[in-house]
Amino acid sequence: MKRTLVGVAFFAALLLIWQAATASGRWSPVLLPSPWLVAEYLWDALRDGSLLEATAVTMKRLLVGYFIGVAIGLPLGLITSTSRYFEDTIGALALGLQTLPSVCWVPLALLWFGQTEMAMLFVVVMGTVWSVVIATSAGARNIPPIYARAARTMGSEGFDKWTRVILPAALPYVVSGMKQGWAFAWRSLMAAEIFVTILTGFGLGQVLQYGRELSSMDQVIGVMLVIVLIGLIADKVLFSPWERFLHRRWGTGFK
Amino acid sequence: MSATGFGPQSAPQSTSPAKLVVDGVSKWFRTPRADVQALDNINLRVEDGEFICLVGPSGCGKTTLLDIIAGLTPADQGRVLDDDKPVDGPGRHRLVMFQEPALFPWLDVFGNVMFGLKRTPGLTDKQRREIADQHLQLVGLEKFKHAFVHELSGGMKQRIALARALAPDPHVLLMDEPFAALDAITREQLYGDLQEIWRSRKKTIILVTHDVREAACLGDRVFLLSPSPGRIREEFKIPLARPRDINSPELAAIVQRMTLALRNHLGPRKEAAE
Ligand SMILES: Nc1ncnc2c1ncn2[C@@H]1O[C@H](COP(=O)(O)OP(=O)(O)O)[C@@H](O)[C@H]1O
Ligand SMILES: [Mg+2]
Repeated sequence: MKRTLVGVAFFAALLLIWQAATASGRWSPVLLPSPWLVAEYLWDALRDGSLLEATAVTMKRLLVGYFIGVAIGLPLGLITSTSRYFEDTIGALALGLQTLPSVCWVPLALLWFGQTEMAMLFVVVMGTVWSVVIATSAGARNIPPIYARAARTMGSEGFDKWTRVILPAALPYVVSGMKQGWAFAWRSLMAAEIFVTILTGFGLGQVLQYGRELSSMDQVIGVMLVIVLIGLIADKVLFSPWERFLHRRWGTGFK
Repeated sequence: MSATGFGPQSAPQSTSPAKLVVDGVSKWFRTPRADVQALDNINLRVEDGEFICLVGPSGCGKTTLLDIIAGLTPADQGRVLDDDKPVDGPGRHRLVMFQEPALFPWLDVFGNVMFGLKRTPGLTDKQRREIADQHLQLVGLEKFKHAFVHELSGGMKQRIALARALAPDPHVLLMDEPFAALDAITREQLYGDLQEIWRSRKKTIILVTHDVREAACLGDRVFLLSPSPGRIREEFKIPLARPRDINSPELAAIVQRMTLALRNHLGPRKEAAE
């Protein structure tokens, strides 16, 4: 309760400072619209449905691409962990491609797939997959060998061993890899949406870019706020439960 | 079978069928730095329901021997027979309580005890749960059914590990210095519990330890091991009635004899190595 109050007070103070800055008249309202103008834009865009629609388009791209990325990355990471040769090949490839900022996939995706949903999907998958591969493989290699030995004596072999012992034992690594993959995917999707217009759906990045073209700062800031909000909600919904699970079971973290 | 002439190898064996036979097992570890012979011609016959202890200093191959009996590591020479069948891999008939805690943190206490049971065929799910509950009761931790591993003390962890190893009803329970990391008070409690469980469950147990007292307190027979390479040097029968108290004077007398014997076996070899 106290924490909620502190949080509310903090953001109220930020809004007040913002409001005071616009009211001072030192900056042109074209460059720095007041919180009310931004709120008004958000309200209108919500009511005419354009904002929700853009959010839906973006979230669909992100979620589908992300889950494909994780579905590829987990098994690939596990395979990578099984031998030094995979480590030197797939592992090295993953490491290289992960250091490549995922925006850099956009030009290639456009040439390969044209201005299509496929291109967007590809960028998101590439943003996700390498982080997941690296984290999963590192996690699987760092499991205390005693877990695998105990599991073997109790009759856990093959697929059962991978899904019921190695993957759960590697979970602390896997979750942080998935979180990083999500962050990369989210950033690269925004870049891609700002960069290219795709006629089958206008995402948040495109709405942001229109705001710039129309010089309507209230739209730019409004959409930015929405993007921040989505990031926060995703963190709470997708990752907080996992992190709580890890803290409770592994006994890590403070408190 | 053996030309070394040490006690257990040359002693005449009873003719009753043995539960577990270790037959001329030797093991080498080859690393880039050195070739280590961990075990040299180990022979053991363990009767059904017997409690066997192996004592030796750290590095004498105790863990390696248990790994070989469990089927986790292949022997370079010799073989292990479990109920007359050669051991060629791990199996739930020979479960291990490891030296380090090997409970799974992603499962709660109940999930850990269920792990082996879930992989034991021929049981219904209801039976599995009942068996798991029974074993939690057996080790006195039924109240901690839904606790997580990190919430348990060292002694409780080892109790759960014991319940997890006993639940699938193995022929043989292999225990690798299970009490080494515990404080003396907790350890003495567990000696009592283990003897009681062994009596009521009629299990065959092979326990290795570096603690002569512990071995004398728990074993029907105790084997002394010496290192580099690991060899069985001498066998002691412990004729004391059970349950045994680790602090009893009768036990102390046996411990003294065994300690002297162990010192004798270790002494000359050390000089020879230098
Ligand atoms: N995986 C291994 N690689 C190389 N040497 C090993 C390995 N495991 C054990 N050894 C060696 O074998 C000997 C016996 O080890 P171990 O069975 O762990 O002894 P203990 O359990 O009695 O302390 C030691 O000298 C140890 O260094
Ligand atoms: Mg050991």
